Amino acid sequence: MGKDKIGTQKASSYLILRKEAFLFPGSVGDEKMGFVKGLKCRECGRLYPKEPLHVCSFCFGPLEVDYDYDGIKKVLTKTVIESRGKTMWRYRELLPVDGEPTVGALVGFTPLIKANNLAKVLGVEELYIKNDSVNYPTFSFKDRVVSTALTKAKEFGYRTVGCATTGNLGNAVAAQAVQAGLESYIIMPADLEQGKIIGTLIYGTNVIKVKGNYDNVNKLCSEIADKYGWAIVNVNLRPYYGEGSKTYGYEIMEQLGWKVPKHIVVPMAGGSLITKIEKSIKEFVKLGFIDTADTKLHGAQASGSAPITTAVKLDTDVIKPVKPKTIAQSIAIGNPADGFYSVKTIGITGGWAEDVVDDELVEGIKLLARTEGIFTETAGGVTVAVTKKLIEQGKIPRDESIVISITGNGLKTQEAVLNRLEIPKIINPSLAEFDAIMEERMAAIQ
Amino acid sequence: MPITVRIPTPLRTLTKGADEVTVEGENIKDLIDNLEANYKGIKERICDSDGQIRRFINFYLNDEDIRFMGDLNTPTKDGDHISIVPAIAGGNYNI
Repeated sequence: MGKDKIGTQKASSYLILRKEAFLFPGSVGDEKMGFVKGLKCRECGRLYPKEPLHVCSFCFGPLEVDYDYDGIKKVLTKTVIESRGKTMWRYRELLPVDGEPTVGALVGFTPLIKANNLAKVLGVEELYIKNDSVNYPTFSFKDRVVSTALTKAKEFGYRTVGCATTGNLGNAVAAQAVQAGLESYIIMPADLEQGKIIGTLIYGTNVIKVKGNYDNVNKLCSEIADKYGWAIVNVNLRPYYGEGSKTYGYEIMEQLGWKVPKHIVVPMAGGSLITKIEKSIKEFVKLGFIDTADTKLHGAQASGSAPITTAVKLDTDVIKPVKPKTIAQSIAIGNPADGFYSVKTIGITGGWAEDVVDDELVEGIKLLARTEGIFTETAGGVTVAVTKKLIEQGKIPRDESIVISITGNGLKTQEAVLNRLEIPKIINPSLAEFDAIMEERMAAIQ
Repeated sequence: MPITVRIPTPLRTLTKGADEVTVEGENIKDLIDNLEANYKGIKERICDSDGQIRRFINFYLNDEDIRFMGDLNTPTKDGDHISIVPAIAGGNYNI
């Protein structure tokens, strides 16, 4: 029995070593793994230690991870990055962890697809899809933020993690908490799509449904984090969690051959992703990985939950909260935490913001599926439809490069298109009946 | 019966560690002034120099965001519950 145990240990050690060698070949011999100096208040600049804090205790401003960029520049080069495994952790010096990632080691490096068919329909020359609908393990960009947050949660010694979620985040936390050996609590609005609920419950997590919308859930989670001392990833670990989103931007630039596109269209819920893509571009410029940073970042929302696009159109940075009413539940946040900063990002980069009604977003889902073979969720439908709108408005010139951010998978939100698709004919296993269908179709074409 | 106010962690140094306090007031503005009378320095932390609630604080009256009601002029009554909850933003300072 003892031999078996030793044998198992040896085998598992070998597997771990082999996996690390595959994933992180650049890690051998690195002098320093962590480059986080501490946390810094975005508003008043007060400095805080590297602890599970998220707001400035004086002005309540958000805390941001403060990196030692000079130190990073000494060890991180394009060659080093390219030598590493194809995951988001190839950029780990720019992530707020102190050692190797312990959770979600295979997340990221999703495809950037040259979308020629969709480009033709939209009448543009150079169009790409950054496709996080096939991210691992739960098919959304939230896998990125969760692997970062849970690695950090383990570093801090937490045993219980959780989140306020509109679905994708709950899927990611539940799945990766299992991998990490952590207990998890997923707090969600009671009326989420079935795919999102089943895609959370299956991992054996603790799901609590709340009567109300995401903003009600978010408030409750702030109070839970305060009282129970758990790591609620998008509350008290938010400074660390949000950094994972930067890898979406890093990958776009690397996959384009270390350059930026002229336009990136980004779905906005809480508004964090668009700000982190901006940060990723700034960081690559600072490190000398790209020459220019002239990308215009455009925000996309559903008209039934559009506090950020409304502010942009009214030329104000004051976000007026709304009560969301849209089928795009994954981005139905009426009181967006990063709304103020996303308005700033859009303004600074020279981008714009638009919103689309539910019928338009459904058409967006179908358009992407029928041109590029990608089935995205409602948020992706919003982003495609808004891109179309911005091109038609002339906000995005037809001869400039565009990246559409697809952040989630359509299999999770099938309700959105369930009654919008052709109803298949049912026949007996008879060639004559099949012939009849074909004749009918030929007649329709003629 | 007075109004109960839930105090977030960053403000508890001003309430001697209490996570809940009671206070009176006819509206939110009144209530904040009375909080200041009892816990000196708390108003400066909640409100900006114009007397408005800071951008990164959410104020809830009986679980409803006061921005959907009357902001600082939202009337309050005995038995109400107030929650002061920091907004959870990420930020993006100039690197």
